[in-house]
Amino acid sequence: MNSVFVYCEWEGKCVAEVSQELLTKGRKLADTLGVKLEAVVAADDLSGVEQQVLPYGVDVLHLFEGEGLFPYTSLPHASILINLFREEQPQICLMGATVIGRDLGPRVSSALHSGLTADCTSLEIGPYEDKKSGKSYDSLLYQIRPAFGGNIVATIVNPDNRPQMATVRKGVMKREIVSEDYKGDVVRHKVAEYVSDTDYAVKVLKRHVQPAANNLGGASIVVAGGYGMGSKEGFDMLYELADVLHAEVGASRAAIDAGYCVANLQIGQTGVTVRPKLYIACGISGQIQHIAGMQESGIIISINSDPAAPINAIADYVIVGRVEDVVPKMIKYYKQNSK
Amino acid sequence: MRELRIIVLAKQVPDTRNVGKDAMTPEGTVNRAALPAIFNPEDLNALEQALRLKERFPGSTVKVLTMGPGRAAEIIREALYRGADGGYLLSDRAFAGADTLATSYALATAIKKIGDFDIILGGRQAIDGDTAQVGPQVAQKLGVAQITYAEEILGIENDRIAVRRHIDGGVEVVEGPLPVVITVNGSAAPCRPANAKLVQKYKRAKGRQERVEGESYAHLYEERPYLNITEWGVADIDGDTAQCGLSGSPTKVKQVENIVFQTKESKTLSDSDADIENLIQELMTAHTIG
Repeated sequence: MNSVFVYCEWEGKCVAEVSQELLTKGRKLADTLGVKLEAVVAADDLSGVEQQVLPYGVDVLHLFEGEGLFPYTSLPHASILINLFREEQPQICLMGATVIGRDLGPRVSSALHSGLTADCTSLEIGPYEDKKSGKSYDSLLYQIRPAFGGNIVATIVNPDNRPQMATVRKGVMKREIVSEDYKGDVVRHKVAEYVSDTDYAVKVLKRHVQPAANNLGGASIVVAGGYGMGSKEGFDMLYELADVLHAEVGASRAAIDAGYCVANLQIGQTGVTVRPKLYIACGISGQIQHIAGMQESGIIISINSDPAAPINAIADYVIVGRVEDVVPKMIKYYKQNSK
Repeated sequence: MRELRIIVLAKQVPDTRNVGKDAMTPEGTVNRAALPAIFNPEDLNALEQALRLKERFPGSTVKVLTMGPGRAAEIIREALYRGADGGYLLSDRAFAGADTLATSYALATAIKKIGDFDIILGGRQAIDGDTAQVGPQVAQKLGVAQITYAEEILGIENDRIAVRRHIDGGVEVVEGPLPVVITVNGSAAPCRPANAKLVQKYKRAKGRQERVEGESYAHLYEERPYLNITEWGVADIDGDTAQCGLSGSPTKVKQVENIVFQTKESKTLSDSDADIENLIQELMTAHTIG
């Protein structure tokens, strides 16, 4: 039977977290379909990769080790997947909705003429009936994602083309080891049989990757600001609240577009997904794109002068008021009561 | 110094970033008519990179290629106002309902029709879909290299182009061959505004579908050929209808759900001192904070 494949990103010494999250999801999909889970990794030095991939329930690990495969460039990695998939005919391929996955996925899907859905927030297996052609399908991959600026949620399927490809952002799926000594086969491929010399046309001259500037993904309390913060100065008030609560500051896309804060604070479908125990939404109206990135928070407090703000519908506490009045009061009473 | 042939891929999109209350119907569905149509923001960043190259390499040309209904000629006009040399609008019912793959087929086929090129530039992604797929798919269909998430084109020497990219957690400088497809990230330089002289020159530039009968200035279109925005259908680009639009799209929309949030039980508080102090105490008692 045709397997589920996950393309795993290599970050120099280890496999990217998002790839391991997708292995966990891929394992579940493979179990539902009764097929194998296979993984692909390509880089210059893959020492130690087996222990980072197989425990997630990988049945076959395809390794491509060779010079020029790290740092990532589009063409060699695309050629590896295109040629490997022509041989292996996977039914599903998952990759991270990262800069790499979103560069690689479309190139591969174009070459294989297969459907690709970006930034899925949920993946399920289910039946599908094509009313036009009258054909029915038992078990397609439902690729579920917000669309149209997050005002709708669409379920996309690829009825006839394989593999069914999807990208998923980091933090959307849970990462879970199946067993430390899960037995999978390791296949070492000859890179030159998959990649031609001309594929190495793009060279990375310089690369500067910094450790993440914030820890939004792992924060247990998040204070997030939206367009309702009114200005950059207004937004800055949130750092003070975050400081006393030992929280991380996040933002909605509207706040970033308005220039209130830096782009890497964005929470939502096209930003970071967070699952804190407490989420304080300040002046955030709550477009679904934003909701998609924080709805699994434990307790949600919404501070908004508009009692009908959409985010209030998923909030545990709604404070109707101006953020510039409420936030200083929260700081004050927290300080008073914590002594 | 060489003259570059640059094509900018652009899309007219509904302004999904500013979905106001009137953009949602009482039933909670999207009222598309209430959303203004705009030049996709990152495509403007791409246009700016193209115009800068044109300045650096005199004699270069910048042509805009878009796909959409007749009114999408508006963004070609906007590009002309900012310094583009011309544009092409792909408009045909057969293109309708295209997913990214069918879109990239249409664009790549049109690019082959336009002829030789050195650089294709486009925004990283469009705000109505946020997929970032069309650029790499066009590159694959044209058989050329791709550089995505570009922030700045640093230079071109000996047919090699150097580009700074915005990658996860950092930046990267890459060098690649020409011809190439480059997608530009929103963190790149913003696009210059419209130039008043160019607005005067091109304000009557129209596509075929925009023309109305009995225009008092109809004679202008013969006197000034540059006012005619080229409009192409599937047949004009020798396209295969089966690969266009809905029929050329491997992905199908199974279901669309408009967002109506499920209300869960929530407490509504005022901004009074008493309410906020109670809330803080409640959260502290539950060890949610503190």
